[in-house]
Amino acid sequence: MSTAGHGAAVRIEACGKTFADGTRALDPATLDIARGETLVLLGPSGCGKTTMLRIIAGLELPDVGGKVLFDGKDMTSVPIERRNVGMVFQSYALFPNMTVADNIAYGLKIRGVARGERAARVAELVALTNITGLENRRIDQLSGGQRQRVALARAVAIRPGILLLDEPLTALDAALRDRLRSELNRLLRALGITTIYVTHDQAEAMELGDRIVVMRKGAIAQIGTPREVYFAPKDRFVAEFIGAANIVEAPVENGVLILPGGRLPIECGATTANATVMIRPETIRVTEAGEGILSGIVDSVSFIGDRQRLVVSDASSKPLNVDAPNTIQARIGDRIGLSIAPDAVRLLPSEPRD
Amino acid sequence: MRDRLIFTGQFIFTLLVAAFLVVPAGLSISAGVTVNYFRGIQSGVTLQWVAQVWELYAGTILLSFVIAFATLAVTLLAGVPAAYALHARGGRLARIVEEIITLPLAIPGLAIALALLLAYGSFGDFRRSWLFILVGHVIFTMPFMVRSVMAVFATVDIKTLDEGAASLGASPWRRFRDVIVPNALPGILAGALMVVTLSLGEFNLTWMLHTPLTKTLPIGLADSYASMRLEVASAYTLIFFVMIIPLLVAMQLLADRDHKR
Amino acid sequence: MSQKSFVWFCLLPLAVVTTAFFLLPMARLVVAGAEGPHGLAGYLAILTEARYRATLINTVLLAAATTVVTLIVATIAGMFLQRHRFPGRAVLIAMLTFPLAFPGVVVGFMIILLAGRQGLIGDLSNRIFGEKFVFAYSIYGLFLGYLYFSIPRVILTIMAAVQKLDVGLEEAARSLGASPWAVQRDVVLPALAPAFVASGAIAFATAMGAFGTAFTLATNIDVLPMLIYTEFTLAANFATSAALSVGLGLITWLILALARSFSGSAVAAAG
Repeated sequence: MSTAGHGAAVRIEACGKTFADGTRALDPATLDIARGETLVLLGPSGCGKTTMLRIIAGLELPDVGGKVLFDGKDMTSVPIERRNVGMVFQSYALFPNMTVADNIAYGLKIRGVARGERAARVAELVALTNITGLENRRIDQLSGGQRQRVALARAVAIRPGILLLDEPLTALDAALRDRLRSELNRLLRALGITTIYVTHDQAEAMELGDRIVVMRKGAIAQIGTPREVYFAPKDRFVAEFIGAANIVEAPVENGVLILPGGRLPIECGATTANATVMIRPETIRVTEAGEGILSGIVDSVSFIGDRQRLVVSDASSKPLNVDAPNTIQARIGDRIGLSIAPDAVRLLPSEPRD
Repeated sequence: MRDRLIFTGQFIFTLLVAAFLVVPAGLSISAGVTVNYFRGIQSGVTLQWVAQVWELYAGTILLSFVIAFATLAVTLLAGVPAAYALHARGGRLARIVEEIITLPLAIPGLAIALALLLAYGSFGDFRRSWLFILVGHVIFTMPFMVRSVMAVFATVDIKTLDEGAASLGASPWRRFRDVIVPNALPGILAGALMVVTLSLGEFNLTWMLHTPLTKTLPIGLADSYASMRLEVASAYTLIFFVMIIPLLVAMQLLADRDHKR
Repeated sequence: MSQKSFVWFCLLPLAVVTTAFFLLPMARLVVAGAEGPHGLAGYLAILTEARYRATLINTVLLAAATTVVTLIVATIAGMFLQRHRFPGRAVLIAMLTFPLAFPGVVVGFMIILLAGRQGLIGDLSNRIFGEKFVFAYSIYGLFLGYLYFSIPRVILTIMAAVQKLDVGLEEAARSLGASPWAVQRDVVLPALAPAFVASGAIAFATAMGAFGTAFTLATNIDVLPMLIYTEFTLAANFATSAALSVGLGLITWLILALARSFSGSAVAAAG
């Protein structure tokens, strides 16, 4: 059902943003978002993701030469109130002078929808977002999670062409964030509307995104599905920003990585004097000493519950993080073996450190 | 023991200060209803002085209300949108404009009144009408309205609410009406109380701007202080207190409510 | 209408009103100050002419005395009220702040009732000493009037500042061995300095420009606002009164601007 896809296709073309004081928030970027797709803009604060969202929304004008197209129609100079977008703000921007129901119905009222029809739509959305019974509450009587749902209901009520969400879960505490994330995922799939979602939280990006745009310092670092950006990061920044990663620098000889703790066969790899590779901690398996490909000494053990995180030295040029099952008995100072499948080692372009 | 002494000393001092402020007001109130102030309250209690004031000065009281509400109307119509514009636009220009409109707070009313007289004194009909006083009151009270509203905008993140309404399709005017003004209400109310209170009591400008036919309450007060017997002057002051105290109480209640929230 | 033009449209009424009835007249006032027989030198008359200079000094001294005494009185009372809870406290605060909305004329009348010919003080002194003390119509009466006017405002500012004081700082000073006096001197008073500057500047500027109180009391008090008034209405000396008002306006504005740049808060004179 989500494959059908509702809403508009979005294209931004060479959209950069330089603020009046001269700071460059966004390098000119071009991006296509398919009808019905959920695209996540992911990056640390100040990476330009919110600026890009605000350009798509119509809250910021791109620098000269930039264009925003909805279904091929140039919307660049159309103000937000005529773009038919639904937007959820980080602070929710719920109107304190209106009740929950009035907030949800406001966009419909603006569009001249008759009272009865408005009430029906509000009832529908209240049910969809699980806030039945709160219709007549004032905004200051709602919890954070309830506000988030009202904001979403309000944005969706107008049947927008595009749904824009700016860090919608950031204001909530961790446990609630996890719960609402799955709920939001279900809802977005059910709506099937073109969605652009800004976050700095990679777990949100992974769960919600059809595709993720990883951003850094005003530029796009990588675009890909969650699996692509996780397993095949294009560079060291993406590798380290998404999930935990061991970044190892070592020479490669005929498809074998030469490490202090042993020789590790990898899939790709012509001979290089100094290659940079990424190994995810959960892809490293702990074996008896002398059995694995690499050998190292346990530096520290952190029991996390569902697993334990070992730091193993002597295997590589710098200590490796290893996620081991919680059943393994490892003590500090133990010598252990490590085995790593060749396809778990990802060669990264070497780049100057910063 | 020493703490006790300090406490008592400070308490007595504070009581004396309060007495300094309250006793004359009390004297004025009692004089206003005393048959003969010189002989004291034993001479009897009467409303004859209040009645006499009403007879002599009802016009000034009425005109004061007319001017106060006209001032309120102008400061609302010009001040509230301006506060929004200054907040929305921000930056250096907004700061300069804010600086200019708050100047009348720093410059004595006498100077502003002279300036108005020199600039517009020769426009006879305007000079003779109460609109001339209105203009002075508007200039003097405007900064209170603008600032009071801007203070609210600074606390409710009006920019995001504005953007929220825009994302739902509301035009700038619609947003102003549906979202900005309702959420600025506490500031508008506080500003309005301030404007009315200040306008009702304004003397410095008004004394210079009034004509014998456009006397406001404070002008009448000054007039009675100079030429009427103490009981009449006191009764007139009493009427002023009765007008102004509800406004003060309302202001205090509003401030308390904001404080609690 | 776009957002940008709507914002300009919102500013328009205020711009028109302010330009027509404030900026233009003020410009006219500044020009008028130089239209006397001495031209621009008319502006210097405040300093060069003995009578004007004496009045200026008189006014500044009176305003300064008002400021200092008000600050002392308001600090003692304000700290006391903010730091202690006792029955009747709310009533006391209400009593200390209700004269806030009194215009200068009414304050003048209050002083007459206290120290005028039929005043309370004269009455009491007559009974005790057999002599009637009447000083409402002198500069002491005016001083008392300015105190009456300033104390409520300054008390409110000081109370708000005391409320914002971090009690932790005082506790920290005491934990380091500071005596109660040392805590007041080294921690509390410095923390209140911005409030002193802000409210002191308001009291000073207000006392400089106050007209209503002087007008009510004034038979023979030489202060700047009365001088401007008599020059304008009685002597019809427009240029001098304009020059004097510009000078007075500059002084009060400067004091408040300085105080604001020091204390960083909004500072404004009151009616």
